[in-house]
Amino acid sequence: MSAQITMTQAINRAIDEAMAEDEGVILLGEDVAAKQGGGVFKISSGLTEKYGEHRIRATPISETAIVGACVGAALTGFRPIAEIMLMNFVTVAMDQIVNHAAKLRFMSGGQTNVPLVIRTTTGVGVGFGGQHSDMLEAWFAHVPGLKIVTPSNAADAQGLMRAAIACNDPVIFIENILCYGLKSDDPGANHFVPLGKAAVAREGSDCTIVTYGRTVLDALEIAGKLAEEGISVEVIDLRTIAPYDEATVTASVEKTGRAVVLHEAVKQYGTGAEIASRLGEKLFGKLKAPVTRIGGAFSAVPMANALEQAWIPNKDAIADAVRTAVNWKG
Amino acid sequence: MTETTIDREKLRDIYTRTMRVARADEKFRSLLMTGKLAVIYYTVRGQELVSAAAMAALEQDDYLVTTYRGQHDQIAKGVPLNPLFAEIAGKVGGTCRGKGGSMHITHPETGVMVTTGVVGSGLPIANGLALASQNRGDGKVTMVCFGDGATNIGAFHEAMNMAQLWKLPVIFLCQNNRYGEHTAFADHTKVDSIVTRAKAYGMAGAHVDGNDAIAMYNTTKAAVDRARAGEGPTLIEAMCYRMMGHFFGSDFSYMPKEHLAEMAAEDPLPRLRQLMLDHQFTEAELDAIVADLDAQMDAAAEFAANSPLPGPEEIRKDVFEEEIAA
Repeated sequence: MSAQITMTQAINRAIDEAMAEDEGVILLGEDVAAKQGGGVFKISSGLTEKYGEHRIRATPISETAIVGACVGAALTGFRPIAEIMLMNFVTVAMDQIVNHAAKLRFMSGGQTNVPLVIRTTTGVGVGFGGQHSDMLEAWFAHVPGLKIVTPSNAADAQGLMRAAIACNDPVIFIENILCYGLKSDDPGANHFVPLGKAAVAREGSDCTIVTYGRTVLDALEIAGKLAEEGISVEVIDLRTIAPYDEATVTASVEKTGRAVVLHEAVKQYGTGAEIASRLGEKLFGKLKAPVTRIGGAFSAVPMANALEQAWIPNKDAIADAVRTAVNWKG
Repeated sequence: MTETTIDREKLRDIYTRTMRVARADEKFRSLLMTGKLAVIYYTVRGQELVSAAAMAALEQDDYLVTTYRGQHDQIAKGVPLNPLFAEIAGKVGGTCRGKGGSMHITHPETGVMVTTGVVGSGLPIANGLALASQNRGDGKVTMVCFGDGATNIGAFHEAMNMAQLWKLPVIFLCQNNRYGEHTAFADHTKVDSIVTRAKAYGMAGAHVDGNDAIAMYNTTKAAVDRARAGEGPTLIEAMCYRMMGHFFGSDFSYMPKEHLAEMAAEDPLPRLRQLMLDHQFTEAELDAIVADLDAQMDAAAEFAANSPLPGPEEIRKDVFEEEIAA
């Protein structure tokens, strides 16, 4: 068996490599320095010792000031990484993200740009409740000027983080608490996964599941089960949620003729609506069944595990959606 | 202790910057009045000197962040007039190819890194510019300008705390023009003076009459020197007046008559003119400076008028580094 690496180690390594290469790569966030333990999820463990407190800066609990400082530093050519401890806390910094990071390149007529990565984490299933669990990618996908990335495995996490840091535009990098321990074969040093390029996580011919992040794991599990029923499912892992790899998604669905779009975020007004709509526009007449969406329930994320499990996309429901598509009679 | 005298050449510099701001503002208002320009414009009448004296204490490559009422800061910092006028007019020859407008003037060559249309948002960004300078050791300082109205938004407080925590080379210049949009200072803030808030963050603070050229310059210079020496940030509260409404053409009947009279009596332009005469500049010398500036304003207005309008393809450019497909 080849060497393995966890997602936590992979993200740490990507940041470490980028910091070694470029003095302008800095990390700002609550508790991120060695003195505070290297971050709540230990992503920056060991980096202060190597690069110093002037580059790994533990901040006050001031999300607006964290993102704002990263925007300012980025305008001078630095490549800052802002760690926003949990995705719900980005709401406190929305002005800096939406009005400034996303728009300064455009509003300056291309004179300035903001090569900034906002790392944040979230996830349903750990009982953190309504203000610590949301997937808010659709909010950012709606804003011109932002790229949104989320990995579903450790190797991609490393490669996408390197690409995000190298990107000359702001990137929202969404991690999932439940995925930090996932292991991949070690991709080695200097591994890059290009932004805007989806992965075919499993090939199939009857139906495509388009998804990203943690639900890729659900999709792969369901695809395995449905194979036993003789249904061949293709799983597309978007990796970059926006702007997404429309060519790969369209080609896959053109081949299978059927699509289920799956995400952990609330279904209503989610990114799945955009993807389903574009599939309809591109493939009208070629689809063998309506494109359907599966997402989180329309409520705050509940705390009780029983309710959380009822809230998140249910694996049986995913399988049923695929079966319905495959058996569609029109 | 800040100086109480000023070098004569520095005074000439401040006068020229002040009048460049004043004549540009006058030109913009005349273009708007005669219908040659139809854009939103936040006049800087009354705040010319405060910027001129502050910017005269900076180097050209020092960074500046300002707000939508920022033409005085940008012009005093040195943004060339032709692209500035064209930007306000929404033309391709503008600093931002017409995509930003007066609220988003950007000109990195003269250090103008961000002009924000959101009150208070510039302060956290200024910290980042200063942080980059601190890490690079490039000796630059960052100045961020804002009004009294910006001191009650969270970004102000977060930024002040962070700047002092990290001893960033940044100067927070509050141009207290006594109004936050339509609301008078006493109706939005319960302390007598913004500078008292510096204490809350352990930061150096200075309160100054922004219409006193010598005091304004020397106060800013002392803060700039401190920042450049690695001694950390300063909050400067410069008292000044916004002599017109919130934006050009807007109703300002809410400003009491006595207040308008007080402002007229404190008008920085005649006061500076007198100071120049007191320093043995002649009327003829000063008139020549203004005449030269007026010629530059006419040329800038003409440049803007002749600059082409941006084409629709601009919408797909500069969203990302790579152009968006049509």
